[in-house]
Amino acid sequence: MKHLLSTHDLSKENALNILDTARMLSDVSDRTIRKLPTLRGRTVVNLFYEDSTRTRISFEAAAKRLSADVINFSAKGSSVSKGESLKDTALTLKAMGADAIVMRHHASGAAHILANSGWIDATVVNAGDGLHEHPTQALLDAYTIRHHLRANEGDLSGVRVAIVGDILHSRVARSNIWLLNTLGAHVTVVAPPTLLPVAVNSLPVEVSYDLDSVLGKVDAVMMLRIQHERMHDAYFPSIREYASRYGLDKGRVQLLPQGSIVMHPGPMNRGIEISAEVADGENSVIVEQVSNGVNVRMAVLYLLLGGAIEGEEKQ
Amino acid sequence: MAPNQGARQTSDAGVLLSAEDLSRVISRIAHEIVEKTSGFDSVVLMGIHKRGYPLAKRIADRINQIDNQKVSVGALDITLHRDDLRMRPPRPLEQTDLPVAGIDGSLVVLVDDVLYSGRTIRAGLDALSELGRPAAVQLAVLIDRGHRELPIRADYVGKNVPTSTGQSVKVRLIETDGVDEVVLSVAGKA
Repeated sequence: MKHLLSTHDLSKENALNILDTARMLSDVSDRTIRKLPTLRGRTVVNLFYEDSTRTRISFEAAAKRLSADVINFSAKGSSVSKGESLKDTALTLKAMGADAIVMRHHASGAAHILANSGWIDATVVNAGDGLHEHPTQALLDAYTIRHHLRANEGDLSGVRVAIVGDILHSRVARSNIWLLNTLGAHVTVVAPPTLLPVAVNSLPVEVSYDLDSVLGKVDAVMMLRIQHERMHDAYFPSIREYASRYGLDKGRVQLLPQGSIVMHPGPMNRGIEISAEVADGENSVIVEQVSNGVNVRMAVLYLLLGGAIEGEEKQ
Repeated sequence: MAPNQGARQTSDAGVLLSAEDLSRVISRIAHEIVEKTSGFDSVVLMGIHKRGYPLAKRIADRINQIDNQKVSVGALDITLHRDDLRMRPPRPLEQTDLPVAGIDGSLVVLVDDVLYSGRTIRAGLDALSELGRPAAVQLAVLIDRGHRELPIRADYVGKNVPTSTGQSVKVRLIETDGVDEVVLSVAGKA
């Protein structure tokens, strides 16, 4: 594995390897000294063209726990706001000796372009590209599901997962659908028809417009954020109507089978897609998702950068 | 050394330790550990993956029979501390397990199957320092085959075996390989 660009092309073997490695690394996060020398001398650049709190911090924490040098680059306040192209930014980072570039970009496919352009020879990790994919989020969600429902062993066959909300604009949903499918889980997407992609029938999912009828039959429910910044059209009549039909509140949580978990990739709109009681309730694993995120990203960085990089192998 | 000379030496290759030898050697190491660690309140045997861990468990079982002394066992994965990570594709990680009481203030005996360059032990010492602060650290190995590249020596040695670098020492244990034996062979061939 040289890059991590999407979960669509991630094999089951590689996905499970990442999850197993993350489990081993989770011990490190519980120790007093949370530091390993493994990536000493490697440079990881966080290249963020879009705002992000938890993904960037999570990648930064992961890289630092493995002793990599981290350079944070956010498009605001950089030469990008003066009109620098992705290519020129990439060449600059190459000249500075970046071994890995963790990129979030508003354009779908940006990570593929960076990885396959020949501009750089660094490893590329997609940290979210437009409406396309966000693979490490899907991996940490799969890790969280596997931890709670399968005791960290094997794949997710037989696990039933509902993804609820704005599927249309959600790269998190897309990455999760592909990865959960690869791992053998059964996925139901629940949303108003306006918030489903046109080609939803080509995805390996069941579709429902009725949240209440789905909740009784799932082991994990993943609530997606209503992305106000992307709601330029009339996707639903009002926020209040959306919340009453598709929001997860105290009453709806009662419908879940015993032991089911409630997930949210964050940031949450409390009171819209998820109520405050549910977000802080006993089924909620939302905070845990964040700490699992660091372990999963450590695993990804270790597997991409920890061994010999092409051209470095010697006997 | 001329390559053909090394090749001729391996014609003597064969079994270094049989199953009975192995159990006698483990017994002896256990007795030595009991003798040399009498001053410590708490002794932890940390086995290095992958074959050091089952060895540590066997030695600990033997010590607990001899002395009724309570030694505890842990497992140590040193992969993330290796100095040759960049020479090969990423390696799979193993579980590191500590006794419930931790290792602070204990005498820690690192246990491994073969002592060769000493680099594994160097990585083990680094890994240990992140897990706590032992009162002292000692080293027990089943086979010492020489060719040290670092100033490291073992406190307890099952068997010293002079080898050439072209040879390889294979330790096989029931827990990991289904059979108890130690054999010397030409590198690359089992």
